[in-house]
Amino acid sequence: MEFLDHLAIGLETALSLHNLLYAFAGCLLGTLIGVLPGLGPLATIAMLLPFTYGLPPVGALIMLAGIYYGAAYGGSTTAILVNLPGETSSVVTVIDGHQMARKGKAGAALAAAAIGSFFAGCVGVLMLALFAAPLTRFAFKFGPAEYFSLMAVGLVGAVSLASGSVVKSIGMIVFGLLLGLVGIDVASGVTRFTFGFPELWEGIDFIVVAVGIFAFSEIVGSLEQREHRKAYTSEITTLWPTREDIRRMTPAILRGSSIGAFVGILPGAGLSLASFFAYSLERKVSRRPDEFGHGAIEGVAGPESANNAAAQTAFIPTLTLGIPGSATMALMLGAMIIHNIQPGPQVMTSNPDLFWGLIVSMWIGNLMLVILNLPLIGIWVQLLKVPYRVLYPAILMFCCIGVYSVSYSTFDLFMAAGFGVLGYLFHKLACEPAPLMLGFVLGPMLEENFRRALVLSDGDFSVFVTRPISLVLLLIAVALVVFSVLPSLKKQRAVVFTEE
Amino acid sequence: MPGGSTSDGSEMKLRHPKDFAAGLLYVGVGGAFAVIASGYRMGTAARMGPGYFPFWLGVLLMLIGAAVIFGALRGKDAEADAKLSGWDLKSLAIVLAAVVLFGVLLQPMGLVAAVAVLVLVASVASHEFSWRAAALNAVVLVGLAVVIFVYGLGLQFHLWPALLAG
Repeated sequence: MEFLDHLAIGLETALSLHNLLYAFAGCLLGTLIGVLPGLGPLATIAMLLPFTYGLPPVGALIMLAGIYYGAAYGGSTTAILVNLPGETSSVVTVIDGHQMARKGKAGAALAAAAIGSFFAGCVGVLMLALFAAPLTRFAFKFGPAEYFSLMAVGLVGAVSLASGSVVKSIGMIVFGLLLGLVGIDVASGVTRFTFGFPELWEGIDFIVVAVGIFAFSEIVGSLEQREHRKAYTSEITTLWPTREDIRRMTPAILRGSSIGAFVGILPGAGLSLASFFAYSLERKVSRRPDEFGHGAIEGVAGPESANNAAAQTAFIPTLTLGIPGSATMALMLGAMIIHNIQPGPQVMTSNPDLFWGLIVSMWIGNLMLVILNLPLIGIWVQLLKVPYRVLYPAILMFCCIGVYSVSYSTFDLFMAAGFGVLGYLFHKLACEPAPLMLGFVLGPMLEENFRRALVLSDGDFSVFVTRPISLVLLLIAVALVVFSVLPSLKKQRAVVFTEE
Repeated sequence: MPGGSTSDGSEMKLRHPKDFAAGLLYVGVGGAFAVIASGYRMGTAARMGPGYFPFWLGVLLMLIGAAVIFGALRGKDAEADAKLSGWDLKSLAIVLAAVVLFGVLLQPMGLVAAVAVLVLVASVASHEFSWRAAALNAVVLVGLAVVIFVYGLGLQFHLWPALLAG
């Protein structure tokens, strides 16, 4: 059994004392920062990256993965208790989760999210383990034309189902692609768009962009609001859901996990789509649809399971094809490259211990999150009570040290401040910044494959549509755009996102 | 375009100022990239030079920007949150000034001074600012930074001004 062999390799790596410790530290740090209101997973990962610098590659990856789903989990906690979605994927959790908290059922909502996430995480990891190997074999058939088309699907997918204007988001992708091209052109050795700054020869570091556009502008955005947020915390008496709650949330968790596991694999689709689908489905199949929006436990359990399952299976395209499906995954990819791991089909064969160790440790990390979060919920609640005026200088400090320590360059700090201005502008112009991040990371890869494909075809552009896999991928990309402008979907999207 | 002076209907109405500005941004950025890229060798499709891909991407961004502007001028009814408003440039300036100061001070003055200045300056942006609380926060965060990053993670930082370290 190939699968069992892989599992054995993974267990051996993941269960070493060091790696267990890294997974634990990652989950703890990720949740700690993820709980802070107004700080999304992108900013969290960018901020915490320095914590992994001193580690060996396997340990660093395991810790990063822990940070990633710790941050996602912390975001749900904040969504339920403070009515503040830290990221788009918890937008739907807010709807019923916060209503439950207001009715004094915060404990049950948190438990539903935790149990659902754990179960979904297990399903997701299993999917990852089962699908990674065949997909990798498939990926070896890919030439540059296929890679180009695959990236096109990922990029288009990332915007077609997000909230907001599709055309504006596509603009943000192109903007990101262009920013990604800054630096030395590998093929010709020419420096492009560097304006005479040698600091830009290596390109703009992704941490600089992420911290500037996400963290800095999120801080300024929160400062603007000046509102006093109230955490519904004192009412948590018990975390245990009632028997009725369990009966209601179990099928929701099962449905959410299956939707999420499937949707997460699709490049670009991402977590928010998973939770959105799960929420619509729960409302449709429920015998009490009128309870939705007023604290239905299914409305928490379903979407939370879905987004956690998707969070796991989103690693499939990133790890097997080297192509991230979302901005957050793009950041994970960038982080892997810092640790000299170039994700792609070759990782599984050249570093099986790394690959399978990471997968097993993801499962262990999910277990740790449940163990960590339910008893420690009191601490997270205390953290939510820290006033923002104390919190944001701390966030800013971690960001600055994080940016500086990537290459010990103060130039990076000044650039991050510049991206802060840009991020604020995007915020004011209602331009979605996540597609820019994805485009930024994919820019160089997209150009390289585009060029190679055309070198091989001797300048014939039809290569992208005459090769069958490439054609299918491009058709998917077109279908995604068409799908996203269909009026029926638009209407349904609007319903979910405005209903509170 | 806040408070446009469209007294009579003859002037073209801006349905969506946010989209209009976003479109302008795209056209400007795309144009800048395209112009700069046209200065690099373009090559042919089969043998692309460094200018080829960025030039066409820049043109694409300009076209998208034009489409966004077009949509903002006519098309759908104005949405409630289409206006450009609520610019809090003060908070933005203070927060980013703190970051820039941190960058300026870090190498000559050391981590302790740089973090202290960062925290103190950034704290001013809050509407609940008080010197006493900010100073306390600065002391705690300097301690945290030193313990976590210098002793814990072993990152290379000077703690004190370079002159003192000799």
